[in-house]
Amino acid sequence: MASVTDTRSPRTRTRTRTRTTPSHAAARSNAGASSGRRIRKSPVLTIVMILFVIYSFVPLVWLIVNATKSQPDLYSSFGLWFGKDFNLIQNIVDTFTYRGGIFVQWLGNTLLYVVIGAGGATLLATVAGYGLAKYDFPGKRAVFAVVLGAIAVPGTALAVPTFLMFSQAGLTNTPWAIILPSLISPFGLYLIWTYATEAVPTELLEAARMDGASEFRTFFTVSLRLLAPGIVTVALFAIVATWNNYFLPLIMLSDPTWYPLTVGLSQWSAQATGVGAQPIFNLVITGSLITIVPIVAAFLVLQRYWQSGLAAGSVKQ
Amino acid sequence: MTTTSLTQATTPGGTRRLRKARRDWRGWAFVAPFMIVFAAMIIAPVVYAIYLSLFRQQLIGGNAFVGLGNYVAVFQDEKFWASLGRVTIFLVVQVPIMLVLSLIAALALDSARLHGAGFFRIALFLPYAVPGVVAALIWGFIYGDQFGLTASLNQLLGTGLAPLSGPWVLASIGNIVTWEFMGYNMLIFYAALRVIPGELYEAAEIDGAGAFRTVFSIKLPAIRGALVIATIFSIIGSFQLFNEPNVLKQLAPNAISSYFTPNMYAYNLSFAGQQFNYAATVAIVMGVVTAVIAYVVQLRGSRKELR
Repeated sequence: MASVTDTRSPRTRTRTRTRTTPSHAAARSNAGASSGRRIRKSPVLTIVMILFVIYSFVPLVWLIVNATKSQPDLYSSFGLWFGKDFNLIQNIVDTFTYRGGIFVQWLGNTLLYVVIGAGGATLLATVAGYGLAKYDFPGKRAVFAVVLGAIAVPGTALAVPTFLMFSQAGLTNTPWAIILPSLISPFGLYLIWTYATEAVPTELLEAARMDGASEFRTFFTVSLRLLAPGIVTVALFAIVATWNNYFLPLIMLSDPTWYPLTVGLSQWSAQATGVGAQPIFNLVITGSLITIVPIVAAFLVLQRYWQSGLAAGSVKQ
Repeated sequence: MTTTSLTQATTPGGTRRLRKARRDWRGWAFVAPFMIVFAAMIIAPVVYAIYLSLFRQQLIGGNAFVGLGNYVAVFQDEKFWASLGRVTIFLVVQVPIMLVLSLIAALALDSARLHGAGFFRIALFLPYAVPGVVAALIWGFIYGDQFGLTASLNQLLGTGLAPLSGPWVLASIGNIVTWEFMGYNMLIFYAALRVIPGELYEAAEIDGAGAFRTVFSIKLPAIRGALVIATIFSIIGSFQLFNEPNVLKQLAPNAISSYFTPNMYAYNLSFAGQQFNYAATVAIVMGVVTAVIAYVVQLRGSRKELR
């Protein structure tokens, strides 16, 4: 009983709102059912959505189909159908071995930036978002205002000064130039903050404290588990941001051995034009396909987690 | 025993005292690591950019303090205005189209009138996972006259479509950006639609409101917050436009100039022209413009909410 009464304070509102979520979902299906048995499916809406899906899928289908073509076939065959030869395996082998396997190096770099950069961003945002949600401390409002303000600062506006700072520190052309700036995710912090407010009951923390657990121990043994869907969401979006990062590495790196996939691929594509052009479009296309497969797979496999996490975060704006 | 003490602590007066007492520095242990990196990676560059914008590299005598001289120069710079005008047109046309499409998709998902709604939800979202660079490469090839779909289409219909030529290239970029972010915005709207209280629908039904009436009188007002947020993020994205035009530039060097967008301008000033001070000024001006417009949108959005 005690734990239930502990819900007043600003949190009461959001709390009751979450409570109603399942019940009003039921209410809605009832509402639909009450008037006329069941909501009728609409073929028109389904057709509209199929058009949207075609729009979303045509470029991806194009990519898959053309990853199976040799460089000459690309020019001589229709874009949305296969060419004379099925060259996918050969293209993949060529992509991985071109110029002494530089693509493998880029893939490894991207993984390094994602694991440390996005991993670090998730960790920092989770710990700090939890701190903001569950503790009252001097300067909390200032922290909140500054971080929210940072969401509006265009990331690219920081690029030039960050580059100059890093070049004075001798950090350009090193992995740190990519990793350090990707450690900050104001949006992730915001998401965890809203998520933790609801997902981690204060009474549970009180109980853990009564049992004599330290604050950090409570965090790791009790809260972390409750925050899991929120963490997966933040991690996924941080992974996408790091995996897709282009502007920052383009500025920071001039040495191809540290390139991530995005910069490397656009370099390969640029190689097709200009003096001494060596078009390797089949490799650019196959490389693009290889680049998006892991990230698409991650979204598909983890969809249950991130959809609920995103819902919780975006609801209360 | 524990339960009793908890009950006592949670009576209204008791909590206030407890809250007061609990206000201490422990929270900082959690927030400090983030804030340290934040200060180094966000605040320091902003401050440094402002510092840089007040100086100018002279041919003789090195760095000289010029006060607001760089800002005056930016405001008189035709290239800056051209790039700003271009992203503004982009913003005014692309953002509404994209958000309306996202909204239609979200309302369709929420209507419960779809076959296979779960499939549509994930299928439309997938392009978001494609890196902007890869999206620009794929679309660039499709637009291209060498082996793209456009070439096939032109052959088939005898048309002369050229998506990468001067007047069309901005629309072509708009299409790429719409493709990338439509599903993402759809999910934001959909998440907001899902939590509209069921009583509102019941009331509408009693009043005999039809599906369209329900959309305009209940659903759209209820998700105004999500609409405002999506608009703000799209505005920020438009002003920061860089990846797509910079990649397409390789395919259409004549249609895309070095000052096509403000960000490309700042980038080329720094890394082709070594004009770091001036580039920092352009970046700050764009940051302020973005922040002001985002703020105005937010104010307008919340004012309507009061009505």
